[in-house]
Amino acid sequence: MSVTVLKPGLLTTLQDRGRFGHAALGVGSSGAMDGVALRLANALAGNDDGAAALEISLLGPRLRFDSDAAIALAGAEFAVRLDGRPIAMWQPLAVRAGSELDLGAARPGARGYLAVAGGFAVEPILDSRASDVNAGLGPLGGRPLRAGDVLDLGRTRDGRDPGPPAKDRHPPWSLDPRPWFDADPARPIRLVRGKHFDALDAVSRTTLFEASFRIEADSNRVGFRLDGARLALAGPLELVSEPAAFGTVQLPPSGQPIVLMAEHPPTGGYPRIAQVAAIDLPRLAQRRPGERVRFREIGLDEAQTRYLAREHALARLIDTIAARLAE
Amino acid sequence: MPSPGARDFTIEPLGETCLLLRFGERIDAATNARVHAAADLLRRVEMPGIVDLVPAYAALALHYDAVFWATRDDSPAWRHLAGALDAVFATPPPLRADTHARVEIPVCYGEEFGPDLDEVAARAGLARDEAIARHAGGDYRVAMLGFAPGFPYLLGLDPALHTPRRANPRTRVPRGAVAIGGAQTGIYPAELPGGWQVVGRTPLALFDAQRDPPCLLAPGDRVRFRAIDAGEFERLSVPDAT
Repeated sequence: MSVTVLKPGLLTTLQDRGRFGHAALGVGSSGAMDGVALRLANALAGNDDGAAALEISLLGPRLRFDSDAAIALAGAEFAVRLDGRPIAMWQPLAVRAGSELDLGAARPGARGYLAVAGGFAVEPILDSRASDVNAGLGPLGGRPLRAGDVLDLGRTRDGRDPGPPAKDRHPPWSLDPRPWFDADPARPIRLVRGKHFDALDAVSRTTLFEASFRIEADSNRVGFRLDGARLALAGPLELVSEPAAFGTVQLPPSGQPIVLMAEHPPTGGYPRIAQVAAIDLPRLAQRRPGERVRFREIGLDEAQTRYLAREHALARLIDTIAARLAE
Repeated sequence: MPSPGARDFTIEPLGETCLLLRFGERIDAATNARVHAAADLLRRVEMPGIVDLVPAYAALALHYDAVFWATRDDSPAWRHLAGALDAVFATPPPLRADTHARVEIPVCYGEEFGPDLDEVAARAGLARDEAIARHAGGDYRVAMLGFAPGFPYLLGLDPALHTPRRANPRTRVPRGAVAIGGAQTGIYPAELPGGWQVVGRTPLALFDAQRDPPCLLAPGDRVRFRAIDAGEFERLSVPDAT
């Protein structure tokens, strides 16, 4: 039971929800950029929430399944073909041994997730199967997929081989992605003020929420660098290295804000002017280099209330999907 | 060892799933000791619903599970956790003895092992042997780990040895390089780009994900260096797992 990588795509990595509990050692969590799409891909493939899936960026891989498998795709819209025929995302799919899956290019969105029933059978490193490319940590030494890689598949939740799913078991339903996937660059990303927001000069405090920023070409899983409007502090700040989080907006001396993304180091030393609302992290993760982004302010309490509401709704949906798959 | 006592920090939310406990704003040993004491206390009481604890120079991050700390009424989860922290710090359980390890790290100073040693010594107005003696003679504490897995920021560097970072950072600093950046000294756990002044190199592996524990040093540990020669460096060298 395995998948062979024929073409790796632009940046395809194994990811789970992240490597937690080791940040005190300087080990960042890494994990999926769009955690919602990862979890829904796993749910649709019949996997547990913590399974590893492939995170596929911008240009997808071509893969050959060496055995029958049940799979699901979620996240950015890829032009997916199975043995040359277009197939849909956001639903459970059966794949026959020898089939080739070709993901093509993403649009809209930047990152898709391919989950395979049983997950990818790679050894966890420090309790996680997430790849941290910069730290060289994770399956395959943290590196992205290469042509010729063979990825072993695990056993499904009930312990049996995942395939072959009979044709009539192919369920005539799919998930409506709209509440869970939004790559529309026109819609603002919500920000909570950070500790050093008040240290910005008066113009910059307004500019942050009124200007349109461009996501720089060198943006990646570590961080998104923004250009278009430069921001400045009212006066110099002397800061020491402090903990940072996924979504922390830092302001280096260049005046170009950097949004820390999934693979950020656990600490950082630049002023923290804002924090991307957790509900909008998956939306920001789906933005592409070169696209524009606008911000809108949200209060912390409201942001947290909305985040909890989303987490509850997502947990209910994941339960519903599991029940449908069991029918 | 300082007692965390009743709350001696401020609480700053860092997004919806992280609180920063702030003990100060700058780098000093007393503030950092309070960070480690608070981290020890939270580990000792096995604070539930905590995903990760990150001690830094002057602040301690608590990454938490907001679903766990959610309330039934409209009050925010982060305030619920902050209240629980107040209760823990108001009546801390008895302190246990300092459990932080004391670790001796062998270092081969100068020559190809420490290409910046002569510049550091010259800036300090010291003979190179005196610079080595002062670096190796320090009583250091791991203030935090960061930058890369297993990179320790050590407090306790002799003020004479404080040296600004290099004007041109190196694209590759070798694994094990012992270096000075301003008032701090640290050890590169892997080959990395870096701007610190490299004064020596240790043959020990600072970080190995396959080892348990993966890190040679933990936050709060005490560290001493021991000067060794090139022959001992070779004998103590372990093959690079990667």
